[in-house]
Parts: sequence; C-alpha cells; structure tokens
Amino acid sequence: MKVDLQSVEDAAKELYIRALKVLPPDIKQGFARLDASETAPTAKRVLGTMLTNIRVAEDTDNLLCQDTGVPIYNVWIGRDVDVDGPALKQAVRRGCERATREYPLRSSVVHPLTRKNDHTSCGIEVPVIHIDFSDTAEQLEIEMIPKGSGSENNSFLKMAIPAEGIDAIKAFVVDCVLAAGGKTCPPTIVGVGLGGTSDLAVALAKRAATRELGTACADPDGAALEKQLSAAVNQLGVGPQGLGGDSTAFAVQIELAATHITMNPIAVNMQCHSARRARATLTPQGVSYGF
Amino acid sequence: MAHHELDTPVSEAQIRALRVNDTVTLQRTLFGIRDATQIHLFDRGRTTRFDLRGHAVIHTAPNVKKVDKSPEHPAGYAPVCIGTTTSDRMERFTRPLMEQNGVRIIIGKGGLRDESLRAFSDLGGVYLAIVGGTAALETTWIEQIEDVDLDDLNPESLWRFRIRDFGPLLVAMDSHGGSLYREVQKDSASRRAAVLAGLGVKA
Repeated sequence: MKVDLQSVEDAAKELYIRALKVLPPDIKQGFARLDASETAPTAKRVLGTMLTNIRVAEDTDNLLCQDTGVPIYNVWIGRDVDVDGPALKQAVRRGCERATREYPLRSSVVHPLTRKNDHTSCGIEVPVIHIDFSDTAEQLEIEMIPKGSGSENNSFLKMAIPAEGIDAIKAFVVDCVLAAGGKTCPPTIVGVGLGGTSDLAVALAKRAATRELGTACADPDGAALEKQLSAAVNQLGVGPQGLGGDSTAFAVQIELAATHITMNPIAVNMQCHSARRARATLTPQGVSYGF
Repeated sequence: MAHHELDTPVSEAQIRALRVNDTVTLQRTLFGIRDATQIHLFDRGRTTRFDLRGHAVIHTAPNVKKVDKSPEHPAGYAPVCIGTTTSDRMERFTRPLMEQNGVRIIIGKGGLRDESLRAFSDLGGVYLAIVGGTAALETTWIEQIEDVDLDDLNPESLWRFRIRDFGPLLVAMDSHGGSLYREVQKDSASRRAAVLAGLGVKA
C-alpha cells in the first residue's frame, strides 16, 4: 500500500475535531458504571451534569470541553506499507494546524519561555507525534489524543528503590490521587507506568492513562495490581471534581516494562473525565474512523 | 441549601448571604479571566478599562471565532466553546482581584486554597464551583461576547460575556470560612491509612 499524504493530512485534521466532540463508548460505559454505584448526592449531581454535557455536545455538534489540549498523534505503520516518513510527520502537523485555523479551535500551545501562541496548535516538537509499527498488513493507523492540561499538570515520577518494593508503588499512586484532588477533573483514569527508565516509565503512564477502559494490563501481575488499586483509590472519597464521593477514578490502569536490578521507577499520569481520543484507519479501501 | 438567583453586579450583603452547599444561578454579565490575564494585571502592571466592582469572573480561555463586528457580535468574536479551567494555578491572584478590582465572585473548577478563603472572608467574596469539562453545556448559557480587553493575550484575554441562566453553580467556598474542598481534603487524608492497610502496605 502506498500512503497518500493528502489523506493523512485530512485525517489528522478530522481526528482532532472528532476527538474533541464525541467521547469513546468505553468512557460512556465508565460513566454509566460510576453513576449507578455513586452514593453521595453532590457527586451524583456532578456526574449527572457530565452526562448531560456529553449529550449537549453531540446534539449541538460542539466540543465537549474548551481545553483543546496538547495534540498527540500516535501512528502505527503496518506491514507492506510504503510511506515517506518525514513527509508523513509533516502531513500530520499540517492537518493539526488546519483543524485549528479552519474550525477554528483554540490553540492551547505556546513557547515555554516566551509564552507566544502561534494560534496553530503547533510549536517546537508539538503536535507530539509517536511513530511505531504494527503487524497488520497494508494498514496505517492514527490515534489522536487532545491531552487536557488540568490532568496533565498532575503528572508524577518517583525513582523508588528495590527495597521499597510494591508497597512504594501502592503508596505513591494513592498519594498522587490525593495530591491531585479536584484539580485533574475527576473521575479520572489514573495511568501508572512501572519499570523501564525514568522517561520510559513516564511514557508508559501516558499510554496507560489513554488506554481503552475495560482493557487489562497484558502482564498478569500488572493486571492484578490494577484491580487492587482501582478499588482502593475509590475509597479515598475525593469524588467527582474533588467535591467528595465514591467516583474518584474510572480505573487505575498500568503499563509496565522491565527495569534495572537497582531501580523501581513509578510514574503517574492522569486523564480527566473528558477522556477523548479518536482513531483513523487508512487501508487501500480508504479511511475509516473510530475510537 | 438554598438556591439564589443573582444579577451581576452584586453587593457584599448578597455575597455574605451565601453558604457552602447553596446553589446560585447568575444573570447578565460575567467576565472571563485566566493565568496570563492575571499575570499581566498583577505582575506586569497592566490595567483594564472594565469596571469589575461587584462582578463575577470565571477561570476560562474560550474557543472563539473572529467575525465582523455587528450588533450580534459587538466585540468581533462569536463564541464556539466556552468552558472552565482549573482554578488552583490562580490562587495567588484572588486577593488582588478582590482588593484592586472589587471582584466578589470567582467561578472555577477544582477549588482554591486557604489564602483565597481568607480573602473571601475578609473582603466578602465567594467561590462558585462549576462542573469542569462540561463546556458544551456552559456555552449554551452564554448569549454573547459583548466586549474584550487585553486581547493581545488571546485566548487569555479579559472577556465580557452576556449570560442567561448561568448555573446552577455550587457555593463551594463562602465568606464565613466554609470550604467544601477543605472538608473533602481532610476526609480523604483521614482515610489514607486505612486504604493503604487494605492494600497490605506496611506502615
């Protein structure tokens, strides 16, 4: 399959707008689950407003949240795909800029020192573009995640040591959820990255925070810890918007990697309740959109 | 847990009547303000031509569309999506916003800290919690972008919105020392030991 770069650009534009408007079905199911089990009256009202907002966004064809976030594009190139790599990245960047200018979206991206906003949602190294490979033949997949700042500002890394063991992981996750309080727009997905190097742990935490709800960590020990921690953080009483209640997190999700004999890295990255993502699949038959 | 309908601007007495867990619906005018707006106002000595005395501000930076000025869009901007950002980053601006500009109502998400609570108590102010991440709904409460100042900071300009039935919003911090956030934080901290014990973490 030869990749048509105009299709990539168009998809990158369309994905940004789609992601901002319609929540994936797994997140909607997550809301239904929390709403059914919530016992605190204020929390119940807050969840009700969030559910109303999801309907209003779809009915009025509007963005779910005003935060257009930092745009992140994850690209997977399948087998037998012929693509000009650098041109692919440029096409994604052009699509991101066009979405911003043409819709128009608020550009939330500024230079870190001058704070200058080019009103393109682009800047140095932004949009964040990750490129990886998949086993699927003749297919290019693009996932778009607008990562909101309220949740991203609550990102944590602890280089624990082996002697602190799994207890350090459990205590750190609980303490991060307490420190974040209502600032992350709970209920959240608490993404936890374990092992690797410091940068890999942080990247894994982001992957975990943006992974589909209802899926489990591929590692059985990681999956068991996810279950334990998911139940535990919802006993803290932080609740939706930090106003108290049972619904602090949809889930704690973990991704892990092997690490050094002397290391025990723990990273936490959170995704807010507007857990937006959209996916485009490009095949010889054309482009299809999903989550 | 009373409900209050308030037209802005409001008086100190109207604010002192509000208690945590009350709800409020606002009418008429609301100002949008954010990190850069307040950094420029309070750290860099800039001023605004808007009179904020007795008014409500919301922590926001909206999605807007530039359009020709008209009676419908007097500021040359049409609203696209207007929502609320995390307040905590703007904690240190609460007192100057009240002392220097006379603001009485701050609307935001996630809450403010103890110094803001003291300012609300000293000067007669209140924090109204909106549900963060519900901007599509919030946008339906905004009738018009009436005016804009400090627009070189766009989207973090100082916006003046005309609002209708803006709410209900929850009184989460009042002028009598009440803060739902502080209550929840205290409660959560007190649960920490039991939660960790349940996870088998050795103290």
